[in-house]
Amino acid sequence: MRSPFPAARIRRVLPTGRRAVAASVAVALLAAVVVWAVWPDRPGFRAESAMLTVRSGPAGDEPVDLDTTLYLPRDASADRKVPAVLLAHGFGGTKNSVRTDAEDLADRGYAVLTWTARGFGRSGGQIHLDHPDFEVRDAQRLLDWLADRPEIRTDAAGDPRVGVVGGSYGGALALLLAAQDQRVDAIVPLITWNDLSRAFLPESTGAAPTEGVFKSGWAGIFFGGGGNTGSGPAGISGSTAEASEGAPASAGPPSPAPGTGPGTAPGAPTNGGAADPSCGRFAADVCATYLRIAATGRADQAAVDLLRRSSPAGALDRIKAPTLLVQGAADTLFPLGEADANARGIAAGGTPVRVAWFTGGHDGGEGPRTDSDRVKFLTAQWLDHYVAGSGGAPGNTFTFSRIAGFDAMDRGLVATGYRTADYPGLNGESRRDVAVAGPTQRVANPPGRNPAAISSVPFAGSLSSLLGGVAGDIPGQHARFESEPVAEAVDIVGSPTVQIRAASASGEAVLFAKLYDVNPEGAATLPSGLIAPIRLTGLPSSIDAAQPVTVTLPAIVHRVEAGHRLRLVVATSDQAYSTPIEPTVYTVALGDAPVSLPTVSGEPIPTEAALWRWVLVGLLAAIVVGLVVLVAVLRLRHRRQDTSVHPEYADTPLAVRQLRKEYADGFVAVSEVDFEVHPGQVVGLLGPNGAGKTTTLRVLMGLTQPTAGEIYVFGHRLVPGSPVLSRIGALVEGPGFLPHLSGLENLKAYWRATGRPAADAHFEQALEIAGLGSSVHRRVRKYSHGMKQRLAIAQAMLGLPELLVLDEPTDGLDPPQIAEMRRVLQRYATGGRAVLVSSHLLAEVEQTCTHAVVVNKGRIVASGPVEDIVGESPSVLFEVTDPAAARTVLDGLGGVRVLDDSDGNLVVDTNGTARSEVVAELVRAGIGVDRVVPRRRLEDAFLALVGENSRGSGDR
Amino acid sequence: MAGSTVEPTRSAAGVAPSGAAAGYRPSKTLPFVAEFRRQASRRRTQLALGFMVLLPLIILIAFQFESGDDDNGRGEFGSLVSFATSGGLNFTLFTIFVSASFLLVVVVALFCGDTVASEASWGSLRYLLAVPVPRARLLAVKLLVALTYSALALVLLAGTALVIGTLRYGWSPLRSTVAAQLEPGEGLLRLLMVLGYLAVVLLVVAGLAFLLSVITDAALGAVGGAVLLWILSSILDQITALGAIRSFLPTHYSTAWLGLLSTPVQTDDLVRGAVSAICYATLFWGLAFWRFTRKDITS
Repeated sequence: MRSPFPAARIRRVLPTGRRAVAASVAVALLAAVVVWAVWPDRPGFRAESAMLTVRSGPAGDEPVDLDTTLYLPRDASADRKVPAVLLAHGFGGTKNSVRTDAEDLADRGYAVLTWTARGFGRSGGQIHLDHPDFEVRDAQRLLDWLADRPEIRTDAAGDPRVGVVGGSYGGALALLLAAQDQRVDAIVPLITWNDLSRAFLPESTGAAPTEGVFKSGWAGIFFGGGGNTGSGPAGISGSTAEASEGAPASAGPPSPAPGTGPGTAPGAPTNGGAADPSCGRFAADVCATYLRIAATGRADQAAVDLLRRSSPAGALDRIKAPTLLVQGAADTLFPLGEADANARGIAAGGTPVRVAWFTGGHDGGEGPRTDSDRVKFLTAQWLDHYVAGSGGAPGNTFTFSRIAGFDAMDRGLVATGYRTADYPGLNGESRRDVAVAGPTQRVANPPGRNPAAISSVPFAGSLSSLLGGVAGDIPGQHARFESEPVAEAVDIVGSPTVQIRAASASGEAVLFAKLYDVNPEGAATLPSGLIAPIRLTGLPSSIDAAQPVTVTLPAIVHRVEAGHRLRLVVATSDQAYSTPIEPTVYTVALGDAPVSLPTVSGEPIPTEAALWRWVLVGLLAAIVVGLVVLVAVLRLRHRRQDTSVHPEYADTPLAVRQLRKEYADGFVAVSEVDFEVHPGQVVGLLGPNGAGKTTTLRVLMGLTQPTAGEIYVFGHRLVPGSPVLSRIGALVEGPGFLPHLSGLENLKAYWRATGRPAADAHFEQALEIAGLGSSVHRRVRKYSHGMKQRLAIAQAMLGLPELLVLDEPTDGLDPPQIAEMRRVLQRYATGGRAVLVSSHLLAEVEQTCTHAVVVNKGRIVASGPVEDIVGESPSVLFEVTDPAAARTVLDGLGGVRVLDDSDGNLVVDTNGTARSEVVAELVRAGIGVDRVVPRRRLEDAFLALVGENSRGSGDR
Repeated sequence: MAGSTVEPTRSAAGVAPSGAAAGYRPSKTLPFVAEFRRQASRRRTQLALGFMVLLPLIILIAFQFESGDDDNGRGEFGSLVSFATSGGLNFTLFTIFVSASFLLVVVVALFCGDTVASEASWGSLRYLLAVPVPRARLLAVKLLVALTYSALALVLLAGTALVIGTLRYGWSPLRSTVAAQLEPGEGLLRLLMVLGYLAVVLLVVAGLAFLLSVITDAALGAVGGAVLLWILSSILDQITALGAIRSFLPTHYSTAWLGLLSTPVQTDDLVRGAVSAICYATLFWGLAFWRFTRKDITS
């Protein structure tokens, strides 16, 4: 039913009605989702930048310009006052390095004041390292300024409701400010120090910082980053800035351009060109102290005092603001011990303190997403309760996390969070001893600190230290002591301790103790790249006389899997530290005590992943329930299925009643078709191509839904999939076979699909009808059209159905086969069965069928027994020599009518008058009669009703 | 047809109340085994399954030409390549690793996308429906058989790789740099979990291909369309600018099975991936059934 007119085809292609609506709704929904997802959020805050001049210094009279930005929630006003947060940046950063965090907090309803600390960026002044008289006093002046703002909530006149948040340099400022100014309501110091002298001059046997080993790697980076005009590694300082935010560092590339680095900003050195090139923007005393320590690798008491002045350690008892301490486990600069000391100091004064560890830090950056999310959540919870006054009191639980492995999706790290009811400190809840063994070993200190072992590389990111990729010990410079494989996994949370003995000819030794996790293949991992520097003095020259010393290693969170070994390495050098430059040989042996590992049994923190698990379970349950309900509904509907038999048609193989099929595009293929097929009949459905024959048969086979009308098969109403279809054998629209199977296999595959007993198939008879001979074992792919057609007829006859429906069965058959087919069909219908054959060939119907139904343009134009239709017609065609005369003669005959007159041929309705008589009359009148041809009704009907041309109904 | 005779006997002796012919029951039509055999007889089924057996052999032979220069520095999971010859389990893992992103997608799309569309293009679909095989049953059986063949392909690939890998490289622990090595028993379990997750992820392809198979009469269109859409989704997933939208892409979690290699097992993304895959598959299959049970078969 293809239309040659493109318009109709286009109409069919174009969506119509419901489909168009559904499609546009789907497109609109999809577009809405995409737009919603990518639409930039309208900021809920406004930002005001200003250069404030504050007076600070020991006497409070030294003006300094501070570059500030105040982020105000959009709805903040004098009538709707908001609490404030002072957000401090890290060393080497500016107010811009904490912008994201400021915006997050502003979105949560806080007025956030960020500023560039003195000595950095566009702010004036020099770097005094969080000096109480300078940086801390600057911050106090900012509190004054906040209190004057009409939008800021105040506790009393001049006392703003304010929390202080900051990382690293900013975190120490938060602690020192809270100690110095009681107006601060809560603080959240992140990855910061307790005692700067201990952080830069650690000594792990408990000696004072004057005996400490200088952490020259980190110190150099900071001094360079914060100081030297134009020569500082601005990129690294930029990265430090990121490391100091509330959401700490990322290990990625440094973000600020070199031009924005400290010391190079335009107009930065406010004291003009007088800057000392070796000090940059550092205050003279700080600079001198650094130079002194860096030159010798040792700190004198004055240097320690200066660093202590910048440390919260001495001021903790004055902190009354509730404190949330967040510290990173991947941090070789300020390890977990710093937060531990802060926590103990503040808690001693009765101030609420909460501690959280995450897997980032100055080395590890923000850590995995779960960790940075947790830190953000804890910060917001702390501020909401203690500053904004909303939300319940945060619990006292201690949370920490451990790297669980690599994320398979984005190749980042995955951390598992844990929590315990109380903060266990660095000694853990319990301890586990693991014995290590090894002989006494002699190790050399390299002259001039080179080559040196590598334990961590600042800013190399956490991957390197975790993988042990960069950790390397130099042969001859380290002693190894190894344990047996541990029987069960150990979760180390805290500071392990080890005992060693050492002897040195010089009486002194600088050593580094490290604890490796060695897997069964021998690959060693140094957790977080953390090592314990030791400076021993008064050593004997013989190891036998040496006293054991206990070394407290930096706190780690690490799981030693079962089967792994622990390896204690005592090395003489490390790139991150300043070691003696003279070549020496030490003797190292184990002490008496085993390696003692602190353990904490934390309960895993449920993450949203747990929620997803429930979603999965729920989804599966919903699908199962949905399927069960669906099946139940279908069963019910099936049971209620109309099995009634229309009594009128109970014995009629087929009754088609007012069938109409209108396609979605409005094309009417069948407008009204009405006929019956009775047992024993071979009914021909005759019509030109496109008359609606095939559509009728398609509806009859349940392939297409009729628009209106009914079909009854043996009285059963026929709908798509009706069981009564099993009593119909069909060939509709040509054969359809699996081309890779042989004819016989195809028939067998088809019959298997019916699920009926093989005995009912009557293959033998079907094959006989197909008459394919041995070709039945060849693949259908190789068949000619006629062979396929015969096989299809055979398939239709499988099971000897009571109604056989054949669409153009003789298509592709040769004349003898057509003749045989006629006989077969006639014989088939004899046993009470019926056959419906569609054809566009008049002769075929005439010769094969007992009854005929003529359709055209979707309507029935004639129907009845073939004899009635095909039988002798009262009309006769006369070919005469003189048509005009003949007409006169015929008109004279009573009852005889001339129907048509063309080309000397007259079609005459004799109306009962014998043809011989009419001929005699004509001859009597002297008219020569060349031919007398009896006409037949079917032809009349076909031509009269169908028309001479056989245009299809699709062309209407 | 010469000389053929038809016995004029009525076969409608025991007609059911529903009017069905004797022996006909809707729930017995197109039995699973019949459809399984229909598909088994097809050359494409045999070739696809055969290739699943052949591929591990080809990989094994390729590994014999080891040139010695290790250039597998592709992140932490690049070790799958360098460890491939360390044992049967690792060899299997490698084979799965190289097949998961494309080959298995094509194979699953082939089995699920071809099944209805090819019947439609041969014209045999209308004869099945005229049997009559109820439409929902036809789809259900075809889907089950297609899924069975997909699973069979997966099992054949992994099974062959495991057998020949173990024969050639031995029964060694499963190794990777992302985690401690796993004992063979534990490693086998992980391998089975990987296969299970892959099977779940591939349900999306199965769903998409099946839906297209119902919509179109061209088998190539259904198979190719499903693979193309899968590739499109993979490409979009590479564009990080899309942000959170990426999580909704059907391919977003397709590599989450690598998390099964670490210790402890990372199941978070697996769960999310499973939820995503099951949602998509259910949606696609639901649409396929909805469409097929209503459409006019015009092929």
